[in-house]
Amino acid sequence: MNEENLNKPQAFEAVLSESDTSTVQFTKKTSFLYSIQKLLHSNPALVPLLVLLASLVIFGAILGNKFFSPFTLTLILQQVAIVGFVGAAQTLVIITAGIDLSVGAIMVLSSVFMGQITFRYGLPAEFAVLCGFIIGGLCGFINGFLVAVIRLPPFIVTLGMWQIVLATNFLYSANETIRSQDIEQHAALLQFFGEKIKIGGAVLTYGVIAMVAVVLILHYILTSTAWGRHVYAIGDDPDAAELAGVKVKKTLISVYVITGLLCSLAGWALIGRIGSISPTAGQFANIESITAVVIGGISLFGGRGSILGMLFGALIVGVFSLGLRLIGTDPQWTYLLIGLLIIVAVAIDQWIRKVAS
Amino acid sequence: MNSVRPILSAKNIIKRYGNVTALNNADFDLYPGEILAVIGDNGAGKSSLIKALSGAVIPDSGEIILAGKSVQFSSPIDARLAGIETVYQNLALSPALSIADNLFMGREIRHNGILGNIFRKLDKRKMQQIAREKLSELGLLTIQNINQTVETLSGGQRQGIAVARAATFGSKVIIMDEPTAALGVKESRKVLDLIRDVKAKGIPIVLISHNMPHVFEVADRIHIHRLGSRLCEIDPKQHSMSDAVAYMTGAKAPNID
Repeated sequence: MNEENLNKPQAFEAVLSESDTSTVQFTKKTSFLYSIQKLLHSNPALVPLLVLLASLVIFGAILGNKFFSPFTLTLILQQVAIVGFVGAAQTLVIITAGIDLSVGAIMVLSSVFMGQITFRYGLPAEFAVLCGFIIGGLCGFINGFLVAVIRLPPFIVTLGMWQIVLATNFLYSANETIRSQDIEQHAALLQFFGEKIKIGGAVLTYGVIAMVAVVLILHYILTSTAWGRHVYAIGDDPDAAELAGVKVKKTLISVYVITGLLCSLAGWALIGRIGSISPTAGQFANIESITAVVIGGISLFGGRGSILGMLFGALIVGVFSLGLRLIGTDPQWTYLLIGLLIIVAVAIDQWIRKVAS
Repeated sequence: MNSVRPILSAKNIIKRYGNVTALNNADFDLYPGEILAVIGDNGAGKSSLIKALSGAVIPDSGEIILAGKSVQFSSPIDARLAGIETVYQNLALSPALSIADNLFMGREIRHNGILGNIFRKLDKRKMQQIAREKLSELGLLTIQNINQTVETLSGGQRQGIAVARAATFGSKVIIMDEPTAALGVKESRKVLDLIRDVKAKGIPIVLISHNMPHVFEVADRIHIHRLGSRLCEIDPKQHSMSDAVAYMTGAKAPNID
């Protein structure tokens, strides 16, 4: 190779100057369908929001004022409050491409702890609530440590944790329920989230308000803080995130600890919702939280989705259950329709992801 | 050249993995403002050398000197803080996040005052503005929307984003690992132009590549790695590609240098 040729394009590249400069034209892809696909790709909570509005309209049309009353609509909110808390916790883990099967168990254990510490040991309710949060955070930390540091799959870790926590819950509580009247008399703080605000026919509990607030705060954190962006980056590609300078282990552990704390909050709100403290409460919180997340358009493969979608997903389930109950159908129809919604939601997720390729 | 002190150099680096000696008293010198290509056969230890320089591998012994000071990196983040940026072969980008998000990943800018300190709010507008500036500096503004996700970009554009990230933060040295390996002819051309643009900004570059035409086109000097150490450094103007290949495979011994 002689000197003049250096620092110049190579011979075979000389033809490049005459090459076609037009880019590939995707005539097909400017279609209406593609616009929708692209819109959903950048606004993942849009599908569940539209489904929610559509289901409100449909049930409203069938049931009229029986459904469209402030009382009924706020009743739906009360019924999804617990799922909303647990779903918020589940959302964080699922965005990191994990899954947490122990959320329901941690919630129940926390509520049992809050009750037992007050009633068995006679300690103040404030201290009992604090202990509930500590136990939730601790369970979350163990999950996070096993996933992030020991590198075990989240599914396995939380499957094991679910059994361990649930068994601990039954052993520790001796399968004993604490009655609502006792809590009301001696430790009203435990029922704090059951307090109601009535505006006309609408009934809002503190639990509902707190749940919506938690979702909005987490939405802010996930979209507008560095930690939130890192959570998405880890779900997207943990190795790339690490090389780009994200502290993957620390962030993952913090996600699981916050998830545990949110489960404790759900446990506290659960006492307000059902009044009593029962080790057998909230059996379906796991599945219901995953359902809300999936219907909410959050990708189970991680890195995509909005926590607002989870709230819409939980509300869709709430609207369906109450709407169908008011119509008077067999409750099995609810499960059948929710099942369909889950599959459709995942199919839509896969379709939206194709916009990238 | 010899009157100028190297910006980054390594002396007698040794790295063993069990019985395998990946680096055997390896030396390395990068001078200010140059593009140094590192070539070597597979298994010659060039990626171990690069990892030692970028903090991904901790050498068993030897010394790394950056801008006249002895340094020890225990992680890639250490090396980055010292001013050495690496463009990895897999690019280390998050496909579902935006260009601006990726450019500032791990180094986000927060708002001033309470909004930033207490609410930890990111200054997205500022980050987008800097991202736009950096991309246009490198002639990458064929990308219209700084908020589009990386997965919607072509391979060459993605490479461009990774290079732009390195150029934005790399104050002393940029290491590029096989930047043209996965690209087509046209896109390779763009990346090579990009490498020259970065050099024009005065930042020295270490280029690892198997592509001899690309190496001979952009490199000021070529470091040939063989059997765990530096065999020689050659001037691409005085040696042919077949010389380089012969040296790195051991078919011919380098005469001088």
